[in-house]
Amino acid sequence: MTIAPTATLPPEGPLSPDGPTAESMAGESLWKGAWQRLRRNPMALIGGGIMAVFVFVALFAPLLAPYEPASTEWTELSTPFFVQGSNSEHLLGIDRWGSDMLTQLIFGARQSLIIGVVSTLIGLFAGALLGTLAGGLGGKVDTVIMRFVDILLSIPSLLLAISIAAAMGKSSFALMVAIGAAQIPIFARLLRSTMLSQSRSDYVLAANALGLRRRNIILGHILPNSLGPTIVQATLNLATAIIEVAALSFLGLGEDDPAVAEWGRMIVSGQDRFQIAPWLAFYPGICIAITALGFTLLGEALREALDPKQRR
Amino acid sequence: MLRFAVRRIGLMVPTLIGLSLLLFFWVRILPGDPARSLLGQRATPEGIERLNELYGFDQPIWKQYVTYVSALARGDFGQSIDLHEPVLDAFIDKLPTTIEVTFVALLLAVAVGIPLGYYAGRHQGGWLDTAIVSTSLLGVVTPVFFLAILLKYVFADQLGLLPTQGRQDARIDVDHPTNFYVLDGLITGEYAAAWDALQHLILPGLALGTIPLAIVVRITRASVSDVVHEDYVRTAEAKGLYAGTINRRHILRNALLPVVTTIGLQLGLLLSGAVLTETVFALDGIGNYLYDAITVRDYPVLQGFILFIALMYSIINLLVDLSYGLIDPRVRVS
Repeated sequence: MTIAPTATLPPEGPLSPDGPTAESMAGESLWKGAWQRLRRNPMALIGGGIMAVFVFVALFAPLLAPYEPASTEWTELSTPFFVQGSNSEHLLGIDRWGSDMLTQLIFGARQSLIIGVVSTLIGLFAGALLGTLAGGLGGKVDTVIMRFVDILLSIPSLLLAISIAAAMGKSSFALMVAIGAAQIPIFARLLRSTMLSQSRSDYVLAANALGLRRRNIILGHILPNSLGPTIVQATLNLATAIIEVAALSFLGLGEDDPAVAEWGRMIVSGQDRFQIAPWLAFYPGICIAITALGFTLLGEALREALDPKQRR
Repeated sequence: MLRFAVRRIGLMVPTLIGLSLLLFFWVRILPGDPARSLLGQRATPEGIERLNELYGFDQPIWKQYVTYVSALARGDFGQSIDLHEPVLDAFIDKLPTTIEVTFVALLLAVAVGIPLGYYAGRHQGGWLDTAIVSTSLLGVVTPVFFLAILLKYVFADQLGLLPTQGRQDARIDVDHPTNFYVLDGLITGEYAAAWDALQHLILPGLALGTIPLAIVVRITRASVSDVVHEDYVRTAEAKGLYAGTINRRHILRNALLPVVTTIGLQLGLLLSGAVLTETVFALDGIGNYLYDAITVRDYPVLQGFILFIALMYSIINLLVDLSYGLIDPRVRVS
């Protein structure tokens, strides 16, 4: 338990003007207060900025890219002895397969965004469904679901994703399902525990006393109030998903179509010419790290904004 | 304490049964006929028939599960299709390499992570705290294999400070009684060989340990900064205890509880990260073996190794939970 600094001791940080009491009184002021804290947080601004650029690049890839994607008309510029570095025609040089590096990176953003978002949504919805059922219904349902979640959690998430992707074959769809499924236990557990702690709060007691139906209490009161941590987790998982896509591609479990640009695979393919052209792996690696950083910063900032206790 | 331990071990049983069920059905959801998909491209009619007989794929499903579990109980975890060796033997053979690398990575995470996190937690808002927090963020977001490639390029290829791959210089010819190369060198008195093996572990350990290091730093920092504000710390200060005593007995000991749990959870990350690091550094461990199995779709190896890793991971977390009971009296009571 954390106790607010008393007057006799110098406060460690700014005392929150809108503490938890003000927030639990009106439903919307939680989000309002969170938004205000978020806007003042430099971490959120940097994370949000990176995310905005990433989404923009991914959406408008065909307009932004200097060349057609996957056009391999410069194969003579990428050989085991020479790889064209950056020049006026190719800002970031040529990639391993003789395409323009910048173009491939821009289209890679698109692939990362699609797989990252879809897989996180798969994990979020399936996990939220299981978590809501377990946390809302309790009893035997809870026991069965949580046992299942425990089993999934006993396999490290990357290995779980590997085994699913290996079973489904090489495709973007397999990647999404594999990475999404590996996230299910995280969301299920999180939502269940938040819902359980929420269900002991006063407003649930009040709703019960008013004679509201159980389903309405769960869906209308407990669930909306439990969403904060889930949103935070989803943002953080987007970062993990983008890294895991790259890792699975690195292991040869990614998209099989060579025309689809994917950052992780660009790193792998650049490896054999790494000695003469380290940037072949360096650029896509940096792209992955920066994108993951953006989502992580935003997620952390959201967590701080939604949880007044963490503000110090 | 004993009751806590027994209950905790009892909880593992349904998880393990569930895990065996999950992996059993996993082979059956593979596209096509299970024997064919287990054999992959090398499927011959004779091979399929042999596997059908071995696993009883033509039997009713519950009978198949019984066959599968009783085989597991006998220690028969199947055969590698690619290399024709028992999966269990391969796992035991490759495990020492992975343990060595994991140990180095974990040592790095704990020995560097806890002091850094502690310092950052005690000096929140300072420039060093900001530097530690920002660097640890970078550690979390950098893909393991990318970091491995970078480290290899800079320290091995460009600077030539450390070996690029393998476990030991090929010219060194010594006995390996335990198959832990560093330990072997020490036991047999071949100190040069032990030193060489250790050098081979530095870069992979660094690549593998960076993410756990970053996470340990962040958890320690958060936990320390929570504990610092506790009443008992204030009381200790008011009593006029030495700062060193407060730091050690009141702050650090309480702050370490969540860190211990985190370290246990990191081992899962380390075991799966091994697939990526061992591949880059051509280390002959379970990760690299698993990678080869993925490439040729050697499903029995995949199935067996995932079961072993999950088992190891469960046992480690069991130990962590038990140690938690030892450190924190509250866990024993409840």
